[in-house]
Amino acid sequence: MNAWGYVTVGYVLVFVVLFAYAVHVLVKGRTLSKQVPPENRRWM
Amino acid sequence: MFRDAALVAGKDLRIEWRSRVTTNQVAPFAVLVLILFAFALDPDRGVLQRATAGLFWIAILFSALLAVQRAFALEAADGNRDGLRLSGLRPAGIFLGKAGAVALELAALEVLLGIGVVVLYNTTWSGWLLLITTSMVATIGLAAAGTLYGVLAAGLRVRETLLPLLLLPVVAPVLLGATQAFEAALDQSASNGWSWVVLLSSFAVIYVAFGILAFGSLLEES
Amino acid sequence: MIESEGMVPAHTGSRATRLLGLATLAGIAIVLVLALAVTGPDAVQGDAARLIYLHVPVAVSMNVGFGLCTLGSVMWLWKKSRWWDTVAVSAAEVGLVFTGLTLVTGMVWGRPTWGVYWTWDARLTTFSLLFLLYLGYLVVRHLPADVEVRNRRSAYVALLAFVDVPIVYMSVSWWRGLHQTATLSLSSTISGLMLFTLVLAIAVSLMGFLWLLIHRFRVAWLEDEVETAGLDLAINERRAEAAVMEVSTP
Repeated sequence: MNAWGYVTVGYVLVFVVLFAYAVHVLVKGRTLSKQVPPENRRWM
Repeated sequence: MFRDAALVAGKDLRIEWRSRVTTNQVAPFAVLVLILFAFALDPDRGVLQRATAGLFWIAILFSALLAVQRAFALEAADGNRDGLRLSGLRPAGIFLGKAGAVALELAALEVLLGIGVVVLYNTTWSGWLLLITTSMVATIGLAAAGTLYGVLAAGLRVRETLLPLLLLPVVAPVLLGATQAFEAALDQSASNGWSWVVLLSSFAVIYVAFGILAFGSLLEES
Repeated sequence: MIESEGMVPAHTGSRATRLLGLATLAGIAIVLVLALAVTGPDAVQGDAARLIYLHVPVAVSMNVGFGLCTLGSVMWLWKKSRWWDTVAVSAAEVGLVFTGLTLVTGMVWGRPTWGVYWTWDARLTTFSLLFLLYLGYLVVRHLPADVEVRNRRSAYVALLAFVDVPIVYMSVSWWRGLHQTATLSLSSTISGLMLFTLVLAIAVSLMGFLWLLIHRFRVAWLEDEVETAGLDLAINERRAEAAVMEVSTP
């Protein structure tokens, strides 16, 4: 695999992982928010 | 504080003397690790001799896990931990006592493995002052860190699997430093063994200090 | 940060995070263009050196995460502030993700550059131990316990890990200092456009880290709310049962 192959793998991996994690956190946020009454949802 | 420490250490060591768990179980385990290394690495090609320092300390590290688990398993029965908390002993003293007992057990194991390595791996020990100083500070560091994580894991059902995960990464520099110092003592490396001793001492000082300050708090929660 | 007066939305977003998120995305686009197209290859390492614009930024964010986790733990032990404790756990989790990425990008960069995935240099080795220390923190964190106990336990784990890191780093760099080892860095001094791209990439990475941190913080806050609500519910049910029994047994 030439240099650009490694570069591609690196960039794709980083962005896929970060995107997947972001989605995971956002989805969890939505599910949990629904279970909590509005006045308790945020710290302020 | 030191009187409390002596009390607790004395108690732990007396229990050990009567139950012989360290002698009957941990020591054979340590020797077994040495033997298994010989199975894994070809004994005829001098690998064992060259790697003696590292293998020795890995065996001690694993034995330390068992010794720490044992030190807190002693307190698991019959609300002993509550007894400790309510006993009026200074927590720092309890920490020093428990860590001290663990350290003494480890020291005994080190002597045993020191002999084991001469017999099994054909190693000749040299550089005695460096060896002994290294062992002392490394053992103190291991015992201190082990006791801290031991009390943290003590009340938990998952303690057997949690303790290695918590303790081993933290004591990795002890393994590194002790191995390097030992190799310097055995004339196997050009590094200055005594600078490693300084590193090991810093580790020991930091974790003993941490233990003196935080053990009480951790004991309350366990 | 509340959307409109009196209405808290059923998700963890807000105007601030939306702005931050958009800015981060724009930043990512710019960095990608610069890193992959506009900057030239390194004199010795060739195009593989473009991975520096990934590896160093995620490593910086990882370190910030670790620092915040430690700070949050100290502040919790000092002030018993729930806010700080929530910062600690959120920073730990987001930081763990970034640590994993640091290690992986290190390997992906190391392979074409040095022919090996791993070089046991001081930084990468310390980072791998950091990964395990973070992991231990999160494992302890998720053990079932009273909130106060859990917070205190994990705070101490964070502190114990924190004091270990410099020792680990020093020991590994002494150790590897005896040998000529490969370190992940550029062969030439970085300057000009490459330096600008790197600095920009670090800034964008920190923005992205912050965005993830804010959302993770809000999720952690909600998790604690659900937990306490569940506890309150259970307590009230017990009380209701006890009241019924008192009435029925004269």
